[in-house]
Amino acid sequence: MILDSKIPEGPLAEKWSKHKFNLKLVNPANKRKYTVIVIGTGLAGASAAASLAELGYNVKAFCFQDSPRRAHSIAAQGGVNAAKNYRNDGDSVYRLFYDTIKGGDYRAREANVYRLAEVSVDIIDQCVAQGVPFAREYGGLLDNRSFGGAQVSRTFYARGQTGQQLLLGAYSALNRQINEGKVKMYNRHEMLDIVKVDGKAQGVITRNLITGEIESHAGHAVLLCTGGYGNVFYLSTNAMGSNTTAIWRAHKKGAFFGNPCYTQIHPTCIPVSGDHQSKLTLMSESLRNDGRVWVPKTREMAEKVRKGQLKAADIKEEDRDYFLERKYPSFGNLVPRDVASRNAKEAFDDGRGVGSSGKAVYLDFADAIKRLGKHAVEAKYGNLFDMYYQITDENPYEMPMRIYPAVHYTMGGLWVDYNLQTTVPGLYALGECNFSDHGANRLGASALMQGLADGYFVIPYTLGDYLATIGPKPVDDKHPAFAEAKKGVEETVNKLLALNGTKTVDEYHRELGNIMWEYCGMARNEAGLTKAIGLIQELKADFWKNAKVLGVNEEFNMSLEKAHRVIDFIELGELMVRDALNRAESCGGHFREESQTEEGEAKRNDDEFAYVAAWEYKGDNVPQELHKEHLVYENVKLTQRSYK
Amino acid sequence: MSNFSKAFSSTLGKKLIMGLTGLFLSLFLVVHLIGNLQLFKDDGGKAFNEYSFFMTHFTPIKIVSYLLYASIILHAVYALILTTANKKARPVGYAVTKGEANSTWSSRNMGILGTILLIFIVVHMSNFWAQYHWGKLPYARYEMNLNDATDVQVTELPFDGKHLVHSQYVDTQKGTEVVVAKDLYKIVSESFKQWWYVVLYVVSMIAMGFHLYHGFQSGFQTLGFDHSKYKPLIDFLGLWVFSIIIPAIFAAMPLYFFFLK
Amino acid sequence: MNLTLKVWRQKNANDKGGFVTYKADSISQDMSFLEMLDVVNEGLTKKGEDPIHFDHDCREGICGMCSLYINGRPHGPKRAITTCQLHMRSFKDGETITIEPWRATAFPVIKDLAVDRSAFDRIQQAGGYVSVNTGGIPDANEIPIPKTIADEAFNSATCIQCGACVAACKNASASLFVSAKISQLALLPQGQPERYRRVQAMVAQMDAEGFGSCTNTGACEIECPKEISLTNINRMRRDYFNAKFFKEEEID
Repeated sequence: MILDSKIPEGPLAEKWSKHKFNLKLVNPANKRKYTVIVIGTGLAGASAAASLAELGYNVKAFCFQDSPRRAHSIAAQGGVNAAKNYRNDGDSVYRLFYDTIKGGDYRAREANVYRLAEVSVDIIDQCVAQGVPFAREYGGLLDNRSFGGAQVSRTFYARGQTGQQLLLGAYSALNRQINEGKVKMYNRHEMLDIVKVDGKAQGVITRNLITGEIESHAGHAVLLCTGGYGNVFYLSTNAMGSNTTAIWRAHKKGAFFGNPCYTQIHPTCIPVSGDHQSKLTLMSESLRNDGRVWVPKTREMAEKVRKGQLKAADIKEEDRDYFLERKYPSFGNLVPRDVASRNAKEAFDDGRGVGSSGKAVYLDFADAIKRLGKHAVEAKYGNLFDMYYQITDENPYEMPMRIYPAVHYTMGGLWVDYNLQTTVPGLYALGECNFSDHGANRLGASALMQGLADGYFVIPYTLGDYLATIGPKPVDDKHPAFAEAKKGVEETVNKLLALNGTKTVDEYHRELGNIMWEYCGMARNEAGLTKAIGLIQELKADFWKNAKVLGVNEEFNMSLEKAHRVIDFIELGELMVRDALNRAESCGGHFREESQTEEGEAKRNDDEFAYVAAWEYKGDNVPQELHKEHLVYENVKLTQRSYK
Repeated sequence: MSNFSKAFSSTLGKKLIMGLTGLFLSLFLVVHLIGNLQLFKDDGGKAFNEYSFFMTHFTPIKIVSYLLYASIILHAVYALILTTANKKARPVGYAVTKGEANSTWSSRNMGILGTILLIFIVVHMSNFWAQYHWGKLPYARYEMNLNDATDVQVTELPFDGKHLVHSQYVDTQKGTEVVVAKDLYKIVSESFKQWWYVVLYVVSMIAMGFHLYHGFQSGFQTLGFDHSKYKPLIDFLGLWVFSIIIPAIFAAMPLYFFFLK
Repeated sequence: MNLTLKVWRQKNANDKGGFVTYKADSISQDMSFLEMLDVVNEGLTKKGEDPIHFDHDCREGICGMCSLYINGRPHGPKRAITTCQLHMRSFKDGETITIEPWRATAFPVIKDLAVDRSAFDRIQQAGGYVSVNTGGIPDANEIPIPKTIADEAFNSATCIQCGACVAACKNASASLFVSAKISQLALLPQGQPERYRRVQAMVAQMDAEGFGSCTNTGACEIECPKEISLTNINRMRRDYFNAKFFKEEEID
C-alpha cells in the first residue's frame, strides 16, 4: 500500500484555501441524514462534535469519564499559541510555521504545520467569543507571553489553567448542541472496537462502564479524538484513565500507526516518592526562566545528600555542577525540553542524582530570590511553589526544588493524511491521537492549538468531502459486521474475566512502564531496544497466564476496565520499541545513543530517516510492517539544532 | 404559570420570601423595641398603655400589622416547605460530619432556633396580643398634672365589660390630663413576675440573637444584595444590633420586672 | 503509618450499602490519599475481593473527577485542594478515617464511593454557553474587557465541577456551582445577549434536578477546592430576580 498524504498542490500559503475550495460540500438538507461518531471529548473531540453538530450533522459523542469536561486536555497549564502578532514583535503565520517545523526537528509535514499556524489565529477569536477568560492587560486587550523559549510572545493563557478554560469553552459549545438535540452524549462509555463495512469505518462497539453493556453504534464516519498514550510508561503526567485502547483497536482494524516512538519528556516534574506513585505532576516550564539546575559535582557528595547527611544549602558553590549552564552557555537553563531532560538523566545515571531515590536534580531559586526578592518570585511562581510544597512537604523558598523528567506528550499516533483521515476510509484521528503536526518534538503551547485546530477548523471541511462522496445512504447497526465486532469484544472480555492468576493488572502495567522507561525513554540504543522487545513479549505472555481480573462484565468493574487498557498498552509498547529500533537516528525528543555528535549531542540523519514511519498491523504476535511516507521540504532548509 | 409564580416556586424565589419576611420582621423588632422601652418608664404604665392603644388603632399601623402577621406565618410556612425539600435533597445523611469546620453553628441550626422563636411568638401573642384584643383586661385611669409631668395619679379600674372605653381629655379646672386606657402594663408586669415566664423570655431572646446572627445578613444575601463596600456594615449591624443589643434589651424587660419591680 | 479505614461499600445504585472496615498498614506519609486507596485496592484484588470503587482521573486537582467525603469533610481536612492533592501526612498514625460518597438525591451512588454527577452536565446543557457557531467570529481584540472584570470572570471560571459544594452543603444545594457558571458569562460582554435567558434556564434545571436551596451557611465556599466565592450566588440571585421581575424574556 502506498501512503497518500493528499497534500494539495500549489504554494504553501495557498494550499489550505485551495484545498477547502476543492473539497466537496454536503447539501444542507442532506446533513441531517448523516451521523458522525466522535470518540473522546477533549479539545479535539468536543470542538469537532460541536462544530459538526452546528453544521447540521447528527453526532454521537463518547467519553469514558463521568463528564466530557474531565478529558485530560483540562490539565494543560501553559497556554495556546497563535500567530496574532498582537505584540508587534515580528510574529507571523510563517514564523509560527517555521518554529513548529524546526521545533519538531524536521519530522513533520510542511503543509500540515502551515495550516495549523494559519488557523491558529481563528482559534483565539473562537474561544474569546465563547467566553473563555484569557488573561488581559489593563487596557482590556489580550495579554501574551513568551513560552517554551520562543523568540516572540504569541502564547495566550488563562493563569495556569489554559487547558481547563479552553476545554470548558469547547464543552459549552458541545452542551449547546446536546441541548439542541444534535449531539447525543454518552458518558462513562469506552470504545472497544471500530466496525468496518465494505472497508469503511461505519460504527463502533462500546462498553457502558456502569452496566457493562456492550453496545453497537452506527455512523457514517468515526472520529477518534482520544489523546495521547503516554501512560504506556505507567508513570506520566497523563490522567489515570488516559489510554490507547481506541486508537490501538483501530490500528488492529487497519489504521496505520505513525511514529509511535515519538514521546516528549518534560523536565520539570515533581520526583517520584516511592513505589506507590501513581502519576507524575508537571510544573510549568516557566520555572526554568529563573531557576538554576544543578547536581553535586561528585558522586560521594550526592550519596551523602541522598542519605540525608548533607543538605543542598550546605553544598558550596564550587561543589555544584550547573550542568546546563556549563554545557550550553548560550541557552543555559532554557534549553529545549528534550535537552534538559536528557542531561538530567545523564546526571543521575552518573550517580549524582539527589533526593531519596537519587532520581532528581535540583532546581534552585536561591539566586532568583536574592536578585528579585522573595516577593517577586512569589508573584511569579507562587502557585507552583505551593503545589510543590503541598506534594513534597518541602519549602522551595528555603531549599531547592527537586525535579524529575516525566513523559508528557506523545507526538506519535495514528497516521493521517492532510484530511486527518487514517488509512481506514471514514476513520479520522484528531488532536494528540494522530501523529501529524509536531514532528519529533512538540513546542510548548502547541498541543492545545492543534487539538482545537483539528476540531474547529479542519475536520468540518475535510469530513464533508468524505460524506459527500459516500452519500447519505442510511447506516445500520444491524449489519452483520456489528455482530461480528461485538462478538470479538465479548470474547476479549470473557478471556480477561477468566484470568485468575496471582498478579494484578496494575503490576503488569508498572512492569511495562519500567521496561519502556528504561529502554525506550530519553536515550535509547539498539541492544536495549532489542532486549525490550523480548521483555515485552514475555510480559504479554505472562499477562495472559498469571494476571488476575475480578468480577463480572455486567457491573461497574474497575479491574476489567484497566485490563482492557493494559493489554493494549503492552502491545503498543512493543510497537514503540520496534519503531525506536528502526529509527537509528537522534531527533527531537528521541536520542539514539548510536547517533550522536562528538560532543555527545543528538545527531539527526536526514538522508535515511526524513520519513514518517507508518506501521501496518499484520496480526496477533506478528511484527507490524513498516511503510514510509517521505517528507518533502520545499520551503524550509533543514538545519541541525544547536544550543551551545 | 406566570413568570411571577414561576419565580416564587423556584428555590431562589422561596428563599426570597424567607428573606423578605425575615428582614421585615427584623425591622419590626426595632419598632417593637422602641415602643416597649415605655415599659421602663416609671409612670404606672401610662406611656406604655397609650402606645399600645395607638399601635392597635391607627389605621396605617394596623395595615402594617396585618403584613406582620402574614410575614410570621409565611416565614414559618416557607421554612417548613424549604426544610422538607432540603431534607429530600439528601435522604441518606453522612455518618460523620464536621459542620463546625465550614460554617457557623447558627447557620446550621436556623430551623431549631426558628422553632423556639415560633413557640415563643405563640405564647407571647396569646398572652398579650390576644388578651389585649379579646381578653377581659382591666383599665387604668391616669390623671397627670399638666404643670408637673411627673405627678401622675393612677387608679385601677377592674374589667366591667360595658362602660369602659379608651378616652383621653383635659380637665381644665383641675389642670390635669386624664387618660383611661386598657391596662396592658399590668398584665405585662404580672406575667414577668413568674419565673418560668422570665426563663422562656430570656431563652427565646438568646435564640433570637443566634437566629439573627445568621439571619440578618443572610436575608440580604438571599435578596442578592452583596457588595464588598456595604457587606461589612450589614455584618456589623447583624452582629451588634440584631443579635446582641436588641435581644439583650428585650431580655432585660422581664428581668427588670422580675428583679426590680 | 497504620490506619483504619471505614469505607462505604455499595454494590450498585439499588444496593442498600454499608460501612466496611479495612486496615491500611505501612502507609507512607508521602502517598496521596488516592495512592493510599490504590495500595488498599491492590491488597483487596490480590485477595480476590472487589476493590473499592472511587472516581479519579487527572490526580492533579483540575479534572474534578475525584470526590470522597473524608472524616466529615469533602476532599478531606485541608483547604483549597482536591482529594487527589491530599497527602497522608495530613493524618496521624493509628487514625480511623471514615470515607463516604457525596450524598445528595441529585448525585445517586453508582458504586461504593462513585456517584453520578451528570446533573451538573444537564444544568450546563440548559444554557451554560454563549450561542456562537464555529467560524465567522470578529477578531478577539475587538471586545476589550476591563482586567478586573476579566479576572473576576476567571475566578468564577476556575470551578472544576467536582460537586464538593453540594456535598458540603447541609441542604445539598448546588448554588455555588451553578452560580459560578452563570457568573462567568454574566460578567463578560460575550455573555450579555443571553444573560437573562441563561440564568432562568439554569436555575430551573438546578431545581428540577432536586438540589436543595441555599441558606447561606457558606460551607461550600470553605470547602471548594478552587475557593469559588459566595458572591457568585448573590450575582445569580440578582440576575434571576432581575430576569423574572423586570425583564421581558420568558423561558418555558
